[in-house]
Amino acid sequence: MSLPSPSPAERQITMAEAIREALAEEMRRDHRVFLMGEDVAEAGTPFKVLSGLVEEFGSERVIDTPISEAGFTGIGLGAAMTGMRPVVDIMFGDFLFIALDQIANQAAKVHYMSGGKLKAPLTIRTTLGATRRSAAQHSQSLHAIVSHIPGLKVALPSTPYDAKGLMKSAIRDDNPVVVFEDKMMYTVKGAVPEDDYTIPFGQADVKREGEDVTLVATSSMVYTALAAADMLQRSGISAEVIDPRTTSPLDSKTLIDSAIKTGHVIVIDEGYQRFGVTAEIASVIAEGAFYHLDAPVKRMGAMDVPIPFSPALEDLTVPTPERVVEAAEALCRKGG
Amino acid sequence: MTEGIDWLDVYGRMLRIRVFEEHVNQLYTTAKMPGLAHLYIGEEAVAVGVCTALRDDDYITSTHRGHGHCLAKGASVDRMFAELLGKEPGYCRGKGGSMHIADQEKGNLGANAIVGGSAGIATGAALSAKQRGTDQVAVCFFGEGAFGQGLVYEVMNMASLWKLPVIYVCENNLYNEYTHYLETTAGDLSQRAGAFGIPTREADGQDVRAVYEAAREAVERARASNGPSFLLFRTYRQHGHHVGDINRAYYRSKEEERIWSEQRDPLKIFAESLAGEGKADAVAFERIEEEVRTEVADGVKFALDAPYPEPDEVTMHVFA
Repeated sequence: MSLPSPSPAERQITMAEAIREALAEEMRRDHRVFLMGEDVAEAGTPFKVLSGLVEEFGSERVIDTPISEAGFTGIGLGAAMTGMRPVVDIMFGDFLFIALDQIANQAAKVHYMSGGKLKAPLTIRTTLGATRRSAAQHSQSLHAIVSHIPGLKVALPSTPYDAKGLMKSAIRDDNPVVVFEDKMMYTVKGAVPEDDYTIPFGQADVKREGEDVTLVATSSMVYTALAAADMLQRSGISAEVIDPRTTSPLDSKTLIDSAIKTGHVIVIDEGYQRFGVTAEIASVIAEGAFYHLDAPVKRMGAMDVPIPFSPALEDLTVPTPERVVEAAEALCRKGG
Repeated sequence: MTEGIDWLDVYGRMLRIRVFEEHVNQLYTTAKMPGLAHLYIGEEAVAVGVCTALRDDDYITSTHRGHGHCLAKGASVDRMFAELLGKEPGYCRGKGGSMHIADQEKGNLGANAIVGGSAGIATGAALSAKQRGTDQVAVCFFGEGAFGQGLVYEVMNMASLWKLPVIYVCENNLYNEYTHYLETTAGDLSQRAGAFGIPTREADGQDVRAVYEAAREAVERARASNGPSFLLFRTYRQHGHHVGDINRAYYRSKEEERIWSEQRDPLKIFAESLAGEGKADAVAFERIEEEVRTEVADGVKFALDAPYPEPDEVTMHVFA
């Protein structure tokens, strides 16, 4: 998996390295930033994203916690409300459910409930993505759950460049932000400048320009969409691939503008399809571009089943480039 | 160790909570207050005793039964009432209401409508104080019902592990809403924190000086970086779970209520003790009562006259 780089001359690093760099740079820049979570210190997380940070910053700023997601998320929140800028690590997105009161009832609401007086500059790093053969409780993509809650911002980068820029924005943001990293993408390489940069939230990125069909894709599904776009090109269909990069806030304008241009839209996301991110984005596009659409917006989410363990079954639950191609061809034929 | 404390002032602060809550009840029964409120009447000695041992820059988190904690930590009566009525000059611009009063300037990180929900916040504030190198402490007020919540145990474990300057203050008012705590509690509440190596002190929650003394010791320990404490106070909620909980015979007897309000009322106990020691006479008590009643009446008037927030406020403060 690779993407056209912003500037080909730049160095290529992995997604994990980009995230680690973002965290390290922010910790050097701002002494209020610290990390906490399960196995974040010497272990550097099971995905080794944080390797080396405890050696540089010490165990006061890279804090190993007990297996208490609700507890340490709440502690992160309290620290955020009193002058620190914690980054809390929730190893698997599935564990968000354990901490959801602290995230959705507490962190998301504290600014509003206090009439704008208290702030919660808390970053929550977690993961999404299936096909790792991890079964139903370690494979879900739950960004829709938190995107539903007012007061939370949600980022889900698809490239090392985006991952670094969005992580820095999350840490500098005065609101609680949940960042979802696809655990299958930590080894994906891409161009990342060495300079300090941030990527503003609510700004979609056109990963590939096209004329005939818009593929709105998030996180790992960006690669699925890009692979589909290559295949579609061979059959004469020009696909535009857009990555919203954040679901809250959502850059509706870029999505609607592309839909108006192409008249055909498929939304591809690894969260469950029912009541999910694909549903929300499809409706935003339908409301904003209805009279320019040649066909209803097509949704492709994860199958609405608990993620099965068997590879023979698990692979069926996630959209693939072949199925995106099939859907795009049907859509473009239907629309004429 | 109680020199330097103006006990008459302490009495006045307890009375302010009592009179405040009486007016809250009245605002509810006369349909001037939207929603519900959970009255603190009967538990005043706990909030005032603990907060007397704190500085302005120390933190507290509070509960759905939080008016007493907020006032004891220094909130003003008028802005409290304004918040309860959903008015713009309220502590949260009318957006929080009775269960969410926060007062950053006095270190009040907010009352919380999720039982046990603020235990993480208080513990995090303590972690932050430690990381920032201050000697601030954080107090987490909660009722005995919060011991049904796992979060409380998770954060106690971390607080003890990391020697955080946090004090867990349990107000055992005997009832988890409408159920006696013995029906919901296995073992002994006083043993819960000890499992984490957190020292526990039990005291009479109706005796403000006993509460203060326990809190002072815990604050000293926290400021000296010796870690968290657990304080368990037996107290009593004289009113119902909330202002609308009038018929309570199905969960507790009138006789029990009578005993607690006649013989175990924290204000009566303290007034008698102050009078007995010659620290105050009838004239002094009348003067305090007069001052408090005037302040509270003015606060109610302020709130009733205050404007509601403008409609465009509804979308403000979703994000900072």
